[in-house]
Amino acid sequence: RSKQWYQRRVRGATGGSIVCDLNCEKIHYIADNIYCCGAGTAADTEFTTKMISSKMELLKLRTGREGRVVSALRMLKQYLFRYQGHISAALVLGGVDVNGPALYTVYPHGSTDKLPYVTMGSGSLAAMSVFEDGYKMDMSEEEAKELVANAIRAGIVNDLGSGSNVDVTVIRKGNVEIFRPYKVVCKKSERKGDYTFPVGTTVVTSSTEMVPFSALNVTDEEVMEIS
Amino acid sequence: MAVLIEQKTAAEPLQYRFSPYAMNGGTVVAVAGDDFAIIGCDTRLSEGYSILSRDVTKVRTITKDCLLGSVGFHGDVLTLTKMTDARLKQYKHTHGKDMPCEAVAQMLSTTLYYRRFFPYYTYNMVAGLDKQGRGCVFSYDPVGSYERETYRASGSASAIIQPLLDNQIGYKNQSNVDTSVKMTRQHVRDMVRDIFVAASERDIYTGDQVEISVIDKNGIETLSFPLRSD
Repeated sequence: RSKQWYQRRVRGATGGSIVCDLNCEKIHYIADNIYCCGAGTAADTEFTTKMISSKMELLKLRTGREGRVVSALRMLKQYLFRYQGHISAALVLGGVDVNGPALYTVYPHGSTDKLPYVTMGSGSLAAMSVFEDGYKMDMSEEEAKELVANAIRAGIVNDLGSGSNVDVTVIRKGNVEIFRPYKVVCKKSERKGDYTFPVGTTVVTSSTEMVPFSALNVTDEEVMEIS
Repeated sequence: MAVLIEQKTAAEPLQYRFSPYAMNGGTVVAVAGDDFAIIGCDTRLSEGYSILSRDVTKVRTITKDCLLGSVGFHGDVLTLTKMTDARLKQYKHTHGKDMPCEAVAQMLSTTLYYRRFFPYYTYNMVAGLDKQGRGCVFSYDPVGSYERETYRASGSASAIIQPLLDNQIGYKNQSNVDTSVKMTRQHVRDMVRDIFVAASERDIYTGDQVEISVIDKNGIETLSFPLRSD
């Protein structure tokens, strides 16, 4: 972590061994200056982050101030702890606020860690090994983006639960830059054959014609007043 | 092979059981033509969420006109292939000729059923040329039930691929199709490659490379194409 903040993720969402979504968005908006990556059950991460985002907006209106990462963190951990781990959301929360840049992980049971670099999910071991090898203090933004993309790439290539591409979100003081995608790791090969179905492949057994409104005969008219 | 934990509810005692099997993933597709047969497989070997190897073929040439594709538990795949090779060698020394493809198919069925109560956890396919020189494909279940077919997909992505084969090769759910046009080797090979490209998009256990072997009276030609490595 350095002066700005970067998060990353992407990839497919799986249901068992089948890929459900080839390019789902895993970086969720919490506030203008706070984003959250979600691993675990997709519905859980989606609904949890949406809910906390909503609470942060209300807090911002109530206090008249820009939201803080620790507020989102507190809300997330108290919510998840209440559900005793049944909500399977493993989150990486990051953002820049008045106290500077901050990075946290939130586990499904409600525990949190504050760290300079974090990974979550099935590919977390592969990604963490890249981080442990390449992380140094006070990296530049470009170096950090590359390190993060390489860590995700390690997960994509070595972990069967991860795949597709890398999205990166850079959160700086005052603005957020979203790279979607930042790095395309795996592209679908070109198909050699042509599989378009010619017209007539599906036999039409019967059809009803659409009658245009103007073709109808008006037999009776009554004007009703709405008051 | 893994130690499985059996405990359906918290009230039950915790039991550890050793499982002699493992799922190593992989997919095999085979198509029989008029005078050729094509069998393709991916080369990824996996276990759980990890990749064990990106370069393990699942199809072996067992005689000059017969190929055997096996997926499932790789330990049993290797043993079964070894067994089959040994039996074929014995046949060749006894009878002075290679075992014909249909005979290999029958033999594999009995070999699998011999282990009915501790099965080879393998999904097999035999592809080759029959006595008349026509392409043949035989598909099996783990205990030896087999059937000669025109096309079949087996393995982890079989549920994704089989409907596509039914439509494109069996012309199912299509009308006004000219079925008299014979499929050429090139066309089928390209189609099998495209099928693996599609399957590797959606199945996490299929990918890395696809190896497609075409067998006809001139011999066996194998080509490899890259697939997604994620």
